[in-house]
Amino acid sequence: MSNASDTTDGTVFASPGLMKWRYTKDKLAAAGVTVGGLGVIFAVVLIFFYLLWVVLPIFKPASLEPWNQFALPADSGDRSLLYAIDEQGEIGLRVSGDGRLRFFSLSDGALRDELALDELLVAASHVDEASRTIAVLTETQRIVLLQHQYRLNYPTDGSERTITPRIEFPYGRDGLDAPVGDIMAVREDQDLLTLAVADEARITLSQFEKSTSFFDESVSLEALGEQTLILPRQIDALIMDPLQDWLYAFNYQHAEIYYYDIRRFDEPKLIETVSAAEYGDAITAVNMLSGGLSLVVATTDSKITQYFPLRSEQGADYTLQRVRSFAAAEGAVVETLLTEQRRRGFMSLAANGTLGAYFSTSERELAEQKLEVSGLQIGAISPRANVVLVEHANRGIQTIKLHNEHPEVSFKALWGKIWYESYPEPDYTWQSSAANSDFEPKFSLSPLAFGTLKAAFYAMLFAVPLALAGAIYTAYFMSSGLRQLVKPAIEVMEALPTVILGFLAGLWLAPFIETHLPGVFLMILFLPITLPLTGWLWTKAPASVRHRVPDGWQPLLLILPIILSSLLALSLSQPIEAAFFHGSLPHWLDNEMGITYDQRNSLVVGLAMGFAVIPTIFSIAEDAVFSVPKQLTQGSLALGATPWQTLVRVILPTASPGMFSALMIGFGRAVGETMIVLMATGNTPIMDFNIFEGFRTLSANIAVEMPESEVGSTHFRILFLAGLVLFLFTFVFNTLAEIIRQRLRSKYSNL
Amino acid sequence: MTGAQRESAFKAWYKSGDPWIWMTGGAVAISLLLVIGLLGLIAVRGLAHFWPADVVQASYEVPGKAPMNVLGELLDSELASKSRLASAGLPVEGDKEFYDRYLFKVGNRDIYGSDFRYVIDDWLVERDYPKDITVFERLEWGNLYGWIESVSENGEVVASGEQAWDALLKRQKRADQLRADIEKIEKHDIGKINYALEKLRLERRGLEMRDALNAQAEQDIATQEAALQTRYRGYEEQLIELYGQITRDSVSVRVMTGETLTVELSKVVRVFRPNAMGVFGKLGHYAAKLWEFVADEPREANTEGGIFPAIFGTVLMVLLMSVFVTPFGVVAALYLREYAKQGFMTRTIRIAVNNLAGVPSIVYGVFGLGFFVYFLGGSIDALFFPEALPTPTFGTGGILWASLTLAILTLPVVIVATEEGLARIPRSLREASLALGATKAETLWKVVLPMASPAMMTGLILAVARAAGEVAPLMLVGVVKLAPSLPLDGNMPFIHLDRKFMHLGFHIYDVGFQSPNVEAARPLVYATALLLVLVIIALNLFAVRVRNRLREKYRALEH
Repeated sequence: MSNASDTTDGTVFASPGLMKWRYTKDKLAAAGVTVGGLGVIFAVVLIFFYLLWVVLPIFKPASLEPWNQFALPADSGDRSLLYAIDEQGEIGLRVSGDGRLRFFSLSDGALRDELALDELLVAASHVDEASRTIAVLTETQRIVLLQHQYRLNYPTDGSERTITPRIEFPYGRDGLDAPVGDIMAVREDQDLLTLAVADEARITLSQFEKSTSFFDESVSLEALGEQTLILPRQIDALIMDPLQDWLYAFNYQHAEIYYYDIRRFDEPKLIETVSAAEYGDAITAVNMLSGGLSLVVATTDSKITQYFPLRSEQGADYTLQRVRSFAAAEGAVVETLLTEQRRRGFMSLAANGTLGAYFSTSERELAEQKLEVSGLQIGAISPRANVVLVEHANRGIQTIKLHNEHPEVSFKALWGKIWYESYPEPDYTWQSSAANSDFEPKFSLSPLAFGTLKAAFYAMLFAVPLALAGAIYTAYFMSSGLRQLVKPAIEVMEALPTVILGFLAGLWLAPFIETHLPGVFLMILFLPITLPLTGWLWTKAPASVRHRVPDGWQPLLLILPIILSSLLALSLSQPIEAAFFHGSLPHWLDNEMGITYDQRNSLVVGLAMGFAVIPTIFSIAEDAVFSVPKQLTQGSLALGATPWQTLVRVILPTASPGMFSALMIGFGRAVGETMIVLMATGNTPIMDFNIFEGFRTLSANIAVEMPESEVGSTHFRILFLAGLVLFLFTFVFNTLAEIIRQRLRSKYSNL
Repeated sequence: MTGAQRESAFKAWYKSGDPWIWMTGGAVAISLLLVIGLLGLIAVRGLAHFWPADVVQASYEVPGKAPMNVLGELLDSELASKSRLASAGLPVEGDKEFYDRYLFKVGNRDIYGSDFRYVIDDWLVERDYPKDITVFERLEWGNLYGWIESVSENGEVVASGEQAWDALLKRQKRADQLRADIEKIEKHDIGKINYALEKLRLERRGLEMRDALNAQAEQDIATQEAALQTRYRGYEEQLIELYGQITRDSVSVRVMTGETLTVELSKVVRVFRPNAMGVFGKLGHYAAKLWEFVADEPREANTEGGIFPAIFGTVLMVLLMSVFVTPFGVVAALYLREYAKQGFMTRTIRIAVNNLAGVPSIVYGVFGLGFFVYFLGGSIDALFFPEALPTPTFGTGGILWASLTLAILTLPVVIVATEEGLARIPRSLREASLALGATKAETLWKVVLPMASPAMMTGLILAVARAAGEVAPLMLVGVVKLAPSLPLDGNMPFIHLDRKFMHLGFHIYDVGFQSPNVEAARPLVYATALLLVLVIIALNLFAVRVRNRLREKYRALEH
């Protein structure tokens, strides 16, 4: 038997050793291919899970985790006036009534450094958290500005880095003369320093001009004057905005906010008195959110309400606008509101020991935690908003770790209308970054999703009629010789790099349309008339000519009429503009109709992207029509139906699912297209149906902003979310289309 | 025929549905016209760029202003309405509603501030095409148009008048040669030394970090560094010498405004007299410009010169991608078609793979940036290149990540094409092989795969065509507008997978949209677009041919 499988060169295929080796190889190959194949499929699935993995943290809720507890460091029994925390969240600063500033470790409460001002203090407040400037008011009516600074040391021997705190006095240790009072607000900027001190129902404002010496860069202050405001009621708190434009005074018992305009220092004026709660409820705490625009006010009706000054529609007048309310913990009286330094977040401390974390832009109540200690009065949030310290009634400090990376995101913030600071009303806005750091990020995906659908809509408007009609003709009427040329020609378009289409759209088509706008619309009008007209005239042509052109060659006959009518339309363009639109239709639209005309607009994108999706739709729809079984067509024709009747009554109903799936795949492609929209629109994220304005799509937004986005930031993750949305959208759409197509195929195979 | 008859004839024609057939036929015709028009537009604009246009000298007489002598090339013309011109501040009076307006390339950007201006056709009078106008293509400031006054060597006039042109050509050749020498030393030799020095710096840093920098190692590195420095100084001396020679010659040029400009020949790339050229002269010039376009480096913020680095980057990236995508795609297809049990699962996978081809390319870019660049690249940097940190090595976009990203993007194309090829191979062939005693693996390897190889080829070609045209994902994973060095060079290890690269598609986007001088760059963008389109269409047509051939081949086997 073995002789039979011997080959001429003497190899024995059936020798037991070789057989074994061959079967091992077979098994190995099977295992290898299986592992490899599954690996590749797994890798592809990985895309989805990786995107999800990056996106998920933005939906993780915030949490508060009690950390350390210790007694007040070097407690002398005095009242605490102010707390602050260093950048790293390791060292705390306590300013107390005995005039001492104590730095202590947040992990164990050990005293790190201490500075005595030699005077008793009545009040302390933050001036500028970014430069770590605070102001203290002494018993002898002086205001001293000081900065708490931290120096980081990385020892060369590789031991842990150390932080050395110290206090600096930018305007000297003596301080400035202050008016009489015990409540204070101090702000400074490049040129000005403004003090406001309240005593009972009187506020005294004083302002200083800063001048920097050329020699040693030291800053000296020159008093500009004083103003006194008399209020109807006693004042419990004072807040000034960092630009020194507005002053807010608060009466807690009657829940009143007095909103002063101090932009013109010589004539401060009361803009309005705002009632912060219903009669009978009182204010319990106030603070200003970072950015220096919004106030948060806690009241006894368990609400925390946000306000900001808003310019009235007429222009110059401002009002203090109530924006939104948050529910404070039930039954807890909020004693203090702490605000974050870099984001629009804040926290509430309640007497019963409840701690609440909130975020204003996303309107989220992030977390709530009841501590073991109670009587929370005062505290601080670290600059990176990851550590919180609170002082409780037993003269001790509780530190809390705050896990709150992405408070900016909520379903409403992503998709709903949000009332952003200084906006006249709630709006959908995407504006992820700005030049200044006080900026409130606006992460609404709505305008981007709108832009995406708008682009796809106009593209489909142009592509669908051409692609479907073309597919029907090519598959059903066209002579097979011509079809073999036309089909690949249109399909090759699909491979055309979209960057080229985008480039032509942006640099050639957009200016062309701007100068030939009436002509373009005339073309849309002329072409549908030209086509059947040519057909009618063709029936009038002498039979000898007609018979020379076989059936199914109409497109070639039509080429010349199409070119001629397009040229006619374009050549009429400028005379029409001159006659009716003062020489330029875009200008006329802009000036007379109030319709904004951008050079790179939706029309341009619609044409360019329509061009890009025509081959996609054409190819699939053509397949669907072409694969309708021939016996159906022939049956219909044999029964006396005209070719058109056969098409409408027999072929289209049969092929319609396939054509529908072609539309879906085309739409999916239009939704995800990046380069064309990037290059052919202005990429402004606006929500407007106007065909002459641009938009920004999800995909273009990713391309524009992703390279500048900080890794791991909320912005970064939201861009990933945009990618995930695109992925899921097109994937679902394509899957549906594919399932429809497969159904159709099995149906045909039965016929 | 009476009117009624004619009407009924029309009605009958309408009822037959013929108008609709013509409408659908029209759709095909319009689509075809769009394709042809688009390709024609790119071709005409792209190819016309290299043709040396005649330089016109004329007097530009704006009504109410003193006539001005102008010199330059007439480019595009367009019809501009009176109101538009009036709003641009032009004194268009009279009853003409439309004026022909030309884009006029005046060059001499160092004098006029801008290369281009618009001129009204009617006001450009006394046009003349003097034969002795000379065009200087310069390294900076674009073209210079003018008349040669004299040629100088070290400031002394050596030729003027009629002899100047010949003297100029001769000296230009010499300057070209010198410039090539300088470039070789600067780019190649000194680049090599810098590369070696950087390697040594990283080596020292690496040793320091591992606490292994002993005196011996330090000594070694210092010796090598010293040797490199000596060589560097040698090259530096050569350079000083060459620079001394190249600045020797200069030419004085009288421009239209009457000023005389002295141009160093070292700054001149090419001189020619378009008006004096015959057709063959122009063809020669055309060929030289075309060659420059494909073989040279870009100049002047990518608006002049060639696109060689972009071609090179595209090709290398696509090659790398093919290396990744082919084995994985083929293995996945083999598994799906030959090994996996056919059923619901494989059907689902097949649909999913198919649909991945429809997922927007930017999504792959996002994935590539997050997964490859930040996650994988960051980990690789931390593990293998800690000495270079905080400068990322692989933790930033580069050609490796770009080609991997595109490999994932094109994987579905290869899988689908290969599967289709495998499915087309008649069962009888496999059965014959198995019946002869071959194992499944042997059947696959010896019978099925060779027969399916054209299908794989088709898939690969389609993948390459798609990858060559993709831009959006590349913008996130490593493409740059101007790469200082190619990812492939003479320094060990020759191929630098971490380097950023240039790409044709991105070049189009960048030069067309981010360039400071769009008007000047536009023709070059058309030319780049034409090149890209030609490559991609050729690849696609080739793939289609291969596929059709394959189909024919197996049709015979399928009795």
